[in-house]
Amino acid sequence: MKLSSAQFKHTARKNLHDVRLQQALHRLQERFVGARAAALTDIDDLPRLRAAATEIRQHALTHLDVYLEQFERQVVASGGQVHWARDAAEVNRILLELAARYQVRKVAKSKSMVSEECGINEMLAANGIEVIETDLGEYILQLAREPPSHIVAPVVHKNKEDIADLFVRHHHRPRTTEIAELCREAREMLRPHFLSADMGISGANFLVAETGSALIVTNEGNGRLVTTLPRVHVAITGIEKVVPTLEDVSVLLRLLTRSATGQSITNYVSVLTGHKRASDLDGPEHFHVILVDNGRSQLLGTELEAMLRCIRCGACMNHCPVYQNIGGHAYGWVYPGPMGSVLTPNLVGLSEARDLPNASTFCGACAEVCPVSIPLPDLLRHLRVRQLEQGLRPRRERGSLRVWAWFAQHPRAYAWASRLAARLLRAVANRRGMIRRLPLAGGWTDGRDFPAPSGRTFRDLYARRTSS
Amino acid sequence: MRVGLFVTCLVDLLRPRIGFAALRLLEAAGADVVVPRTQTCCGQPGYNSGDKQAARALAHKLLDEFQDCDYLVAPSGSCAAMIRVHYPTLFADTDDAAAMSRLAARTYELTDFLVTIAGLQTVPGTFAGRITYHDSCSGLRELGVRKQPRTLIAKLPHVDLQEMHEAQTCCGFGGTFAVKYGDISARMAENKCAQITATGADAVVAGDLGCLLNIEGRLRREGSQKTRVLHIAELLAGETPEST
Ligand code: SF4
Repeated sequence: MKLSSAQFKHTARKNLHDVRLQQALHRLQERFVGARAAALTDIDDLPRLRAAATEIRQHALTHLDVYLEQFERQVVASGGQVHWARDAAEVNRILLELAARYQVRKVAKSKSMVSEECGINEMLAANGIEVIETDLGEYILQLAREPPSHIVAPVVHKNKEDIADLFVRHHHRPRTTEIAELCREAREMLRPHFLSADMGISGANFLVAETGSALIVTNEGNGRLVTTLPRVHVAITGIEKVVPTLEDVSVLLRLLTRSATGQSITNYVSVLTGHKRASDLDGPEHFHVILVDNGRSQLLGTELEAMLRCIRCGACMNHCPVYQNIGGHAYGWVYPGPMGSVLTPNLVGLSEARDLPNASTFCGACAEVCPVSIPLPDLLRHLRVRQLEQGLRPRRERGSLRVWAWFAQHPRAYAWASRLAARLLRAVANRRGMIRRLPLAGGWTDGRDFPAPSGRTFRDLYARRTSS
Repeated sequence: MRVGLFVTCLVDLLRPRIGFAALRLLEAAGADVVVPRTQTCCGQPGYNSGDKQAARALAHKLLDEFQDCDYLVAPSGSCAAMIRVHYPTLFADTDDAAAMSRLAARTYELTDFLVTIAGLQTVPGTFAGRITYHDSCSGLRELGVRKQPRTLIAKLPHVDLQEMHEAQTCCGFGGTFAVKYGDISARMAENKCAQITATGADAVVAGDLGCLLNIEGRLRREGSQKTRVLHIAELLAGETPEST
């Protein structure tokens, strides 16, 4: 996926004034925030379940090598093959080799954010292979040639009118804005592709080490078709997705679906193990898993390791007041919201996404809802430390930080400077005590007044009081 | 009970009245209050800008200033959380870890202290009318300050607390965020102000001056002069005149 995180401010500003997008974001919030809260009420001891989920994910990361190797052995034992990809280029090379080996002309895909990371669709198309996204949201985005703006609801930025127009243009059928009708229409267009595709590509929500299974959690049933109808099934996912046992998955699932969409369980949970056996009614002839690193392993053993616990539920963005106002595209890459603000700089480079760690008030709503207790604000703060260390902050910001730090450590100078500042600010206020414009703080005064001080510092007033 | 009042840099510079209100409340709670003269800032701006070194230096300074206090109290959830939650992290695995943890354990946000430690029974405030309360993020999520201010508000006989929708949603202040990402910040403030106005409250009250500046600035820019914007200490202490 094309990286545009450097345009964060620009896109955010544009999105703040996009009325349709604002309505869509409002609907998302209404739908997911309330649904999550309601769904979690049927869990007796939420803190305990959350601690258990956190522990499972953390344990898997601490012993990542062990579980990944176990996973590979189990995949091989069930007749499949595991491929290790260091980066996006390797993923694409492996995929092309597989496509050549099995003479693939058409690929049906179910939703996979890792495949977005690696730009698989563009690469396959460039090599003459047709790719069809079959998740409804991803299908719409493919028609519209747009990137996803949410990891669970990728097309959340569009409303049904947008989609109706898009369908008319591509399907040449009468226009409808009935959601059920739109779904039916998409299903009819997609069905032949499931049957004619040579390869199905899916992601994986979890990899189960003890069984060698790739597990996917979906609502539309397309994932099941993609992974059973075509001759070849390739699951592409990040190395961090492994967990030891199916039992562990059951704990994580209870939180994943509730946190994501507010469902106690999704319509489909598919446990995909190996290729079709003699006794199976259906299934692929060949089963491959591509395990993608793409920058993940460099987080292991660092202050940022907790980020790898993420189970991609999207709750952090649904609850983030910044995401709620600017939408996912502003973040400029595959992963938006708080989790994206941590992941993107790590996966694409700190200097490529300078705004992301800073565009947070540290309100903590994300960490509060994260089902695997990722301290997202702490991780963002750590990225700010790294940015400063690597000289990635603007000179003016670094300068003012130094000036502030010096004054704050020299109480007499500080008292003098704050006394002066209090007077100056008072002097430029209007008769209602508000400052309409402040040089160097236009970011504040463009959208708000600044309430002026009374003109004297507490320090001075208190000194006068105690001496009298 | 010797209580050190950490006034906070924002209150010192921008609204001293809050400092005096806090002082009055602590004294009403029977505390022997000291206000170390050399205090400046808890280090949060540096800490949140990635400058750990500056934050550590200021933590040391603050530790020295409040060394002989039984408690450190601040009329701010975010400054109290900086000391209580983040100082220990900043000094983990250093020689100062133990001292910083002890300081952290004695540090309280004002309303938390008044309710949890001092058990304050009556408050001097005289405000009459409808108010709504905004839960500032750090106090709420890092210190669990939610019931404490409401417990105290309930002691004011003529105050009617009308909760707003999304009282726990960030107002958009976020320190330097408000300047660096001004338009996002202002939109968040706008949303917050809409919720405040919808309650019909005469005043919005919160526990952090940063939020109050943001909310008041936005209300006034929108042309709303009616809703007063008060710190919880001002509300509880009665609006004392500013100077001597
Ligand atoms: S960081 Fe936490 S809340 Fe956000 S997507 Fe990952 S698991 Fe969900």
